[in-house]
Amino acid sequence: MLSFIARRFLTMIPLLLGISVLVFILMAIAPGDFLDVARTQEDIPAEYIERMEEEFALGEPWHTRYFIWLGNVVQGNLGESWIYRVPVTELLWQRIPATLVLSALSIMFALCVAIPMGVLAAIYKDSIFDRVSSMFAYAALSIPEFFLALLAVMFAAQTGWFPTGGLSSVEHEFMSFWGRMADYAHHLVLPTIVLGMGSVASYMRIMRANFLDYIRSDFVTTARAKGVAEGRVMFVHVLRNAINPLVSASGFILATLLSGSILVENVMNYPGLGQLIFEALMRQDEFVVVAAVMMGCVMLMLGNLIADLLLAWSDPRIRLEKN
Amino acid sequence: MLKHLFKEITRRPMGVACLAILAFLYLGTIFSQFLAPYLPTDQDLANAYHPPTRIVLEDWRPHVQVYEQVDPAAARYEPVEGETAPVNFFTAGEQYRFWGLVPAEMRLFQVEEPHRIYLLGSDGTGRDVFSRLLYGAQVSLSIGFIGICITMTLGFLVGGVAGYFGGKTDFLAMRLVEFIIAVPSLYLLIALRGALAEHFEPEQMYLVIVIILSLIGWAGAARIIRGMALSLRQRPFVLAAEVMGQSSLRILFRHFLPNLASYLLVAATLSIPAYILAEAALSFLGLGIQEPGTSWGLMLQQAQELKVFTLNMWWLLTPGAAIFITVITFNMLGDVLRDIVDPRQQIVKR
Repeated sequence: MLSFIARRFLTMIPLLLGISVLVFILMAIAPGDFLDVARTQEDIPAEYIERMEEEFALGEPWHTRYFIWLGNVVQGNLGESWIYRVPVTELLWQRIPATLVLSALSIMFALCVAIPMGVLAAIYKDSIFDRVSSMFAYAALSIPEFFLALLAVMFAAQTGWFPTGGLSSVEHEFMSFWGRMADYAHHLVLPTIVLGMGSVASYMRIMRANFLDYIRSDFVTTARAKGVAEGRVMFVHVLRNAINPLVSASGFILATLLSGSILVENVMNYPGLGQLIFEALMRQDEFVVVAAVMMGCVMLMLGNLIADLLLAWSDPRIRLEKN
Repeated sequence: MLKHLFKEITRRPMGVACLAILAFLYLGTIFSQFLAPYLPTDQDLANAYHPPTRIVLEDWRPHVQVYEQVDPAAARYEPVEGETAPVNFFTAGEQYRFWGLVPAEMRLFQVEEPHRIYLLGSDGTGRDVFSRLLYGAQVSLSIGFIGICITMTLGFLVGGVAGYFGGKTDFLAMRLVEFIIAVPSLYLLIALRGALAEHFEPEQMYLVIVIILSLIGWAGAARIIRGMALSLRQRPFVLAAEVMGQSSLRILFRHFLPNLASYLLVAATLSIPAYILAEAALSFLGLGIQEPGTSWGLMLQQAQELKVFTLNMWWLLTPGAAIFITVITFNMLGDVLRDIVDPRQQIVKR
C-alpha cells in the first residue's frame, strides 16, 4: 500500500516538471509582460521600470528564468506575485481552500442526488421516472456551466433568496463563528449546484447502467433463490457492487470540475483557484500562473490517487500492489 | 455504410427528431444573411435593451407594435396604443455578400425605418439579438465540424501508428497523451490562447480557436484508437496483408481505417458538443471571437451585466438556450448512432 502511494507520488514529479516547462514556454511565446501597462503610463519613471525588469530578469530567455525559478522552488520558494507583490504561496493559501471546498461540495452534492436517482431509475426501468430522469441527465450534460451560472445569478437577482456572487457578505467580519459558517453556506449553495449539475448526470448514468448489469448477474439470482429479501438483495448485494465504478469515475469528474470552476468562479465572482489562474494569465503574472496551474494539476492527481485508494478499500478484489 | 446508417437513423423517432433539429439549425445558419433583418453590427443607441417586439395581425398581415421609451435609465419601453408598422417580406435592404461571394440585398422580412423589428429584443447598443444569433451560429456551429475533422485525423494517425508499430513510438505517443489529459483542459486552452493570440489578427481568432482546440482534442481519441489498433494488429487479415508485403501506410489506411470508421463516426458526433462548448467558453471569457465578429459565447459575455439580471432581460440569454439545444441534439444523435453501430453496448447498457 505505502509503496503504491510512493510510486504514484514519484510519477507526479516528471508530470509537474513537464507542466511547468510548458507554462514557461507558453508565457514566453506570448508577447509583452506584466509591465506593459506600467510602460504606457507616463507618470511611472523609466528607471523604476528598468529596475523592475532587472529584478524579475525579464530580459533573460525563458530557460534561464525557468532554472532560477526551479532552484527557488526546490528550496520551497514559489516566487512572488509581480502584481500583488506578495508571495505566491500566500495567494495560493487563500484560494485553494475555496476551490477545494467548492469541488468537494459539488462532488458530494452530485453523489447524494445521483445515487438514489440512478438506483430508482434502474429498479423501475422504463417507468415514467426512468424516462424523466434520463431526459434530465441529457439536459444536465448539455447545458454549458457558464450559462447555468448566468441563470443562477439571474435567479438570485430576481428572487433575492441567494447572494449573486462572492464567498462572504460585507458584514462577515462582525459575525459570530456560526454566523460566519452560515454566511459561507448561504454563498456556496448556488455555485455548488451549478458546478455539480453536470456531474449529477454523469454519476447517474453510470449508476443506472451498473445497477442494471448487477441485477442480472448470477449472484443476485442465487440470493433471490435462497429467499433473501428483495430489499436486502438490492441494497446489500447489488448496490454494494454497483457503487465501485462511481468511485473510479470521480477522478475524471474532478478534472471536469476544475475546468468548470474557472467559468463558474468567474461568473459568480467566487474567489477560488480558477479565478486566480484566469486573472494571472490575463495580466501575465508568470509565477502565479505556473504555481496555480501546477496546484490545479496536483489537486487533480491527488484526487485520482484518493479515488484509487477508496476503490481498493471498497472493492476487495482490487490489489494495488500488483499493478 | 453511410446509406445504411441514414436508413437506420430514420427508423428511430429520436434519430429523426435530432436530424430535423440539426437540419433546421444548419439551414438557418447557411441562410443567416437572408433571414436576419439587420446586420450583426447594426447599432441603434436609441433602442438599447429593447424588449422583444410584439407582432400583431392587422388586415391579415403581420404588423410590429411600436414602442416608446419611458425611462432610458431603466431601459423601460411601453407599447404605443394603436400604432403599428407593417412587416414587409422579401424586400431589399443593406447589401451583403451571400457566403462572402454573391452580392445580394434580399431579406426575408423587414420593417420600414425608423421602426425596428426585434424578434428577440436588442442588446446594450440596440443591435438585434435575433440577427446576431443567426450570424453567431456561423461560428458556433461550424467550429465543431472543422475541429473534429482535424482532431479525428490526428487522433487516427497518432493512435493508429502508436498501436500498429508499438515500442518506442507507442511509449512516446502515450506519454504525450497522458500529459495532455492530466492537465484540466480549460487551463491548457487559456494558456495556449494567451501564447498564440497576439501573433494573429483579431479577425483570425476563429483560426486560432480551431488550432488550439485541435491541439488538445486529439489526445482522448488517440488513446482509444491505439487500444483498438492494438487488437486489430493481431487479426488474421492484417497479418495476411503484412505477409503479402503491403506497406505500413497502406495497412493503416486500407485495413485499419475501415474497421475503425464506425467508432470514429460515433466519437466524432459525441465530441462535436465539446468543441461548441469550448468555443463558447473561450468567447465567454473574452478570449475567443472578438468584436465586430459575433458568436454565441461572446453574446453571453456581453449579457453579463447586473442590469440584465436585475431588470430580467431574459432575451439576452437566448444564445445560451441556442447552445443548449445544439449540444443536446448532438449528444442524442451520438447516442442513437452508437446504438446502431454497436448494438452490443446497447445490450449491456439497456
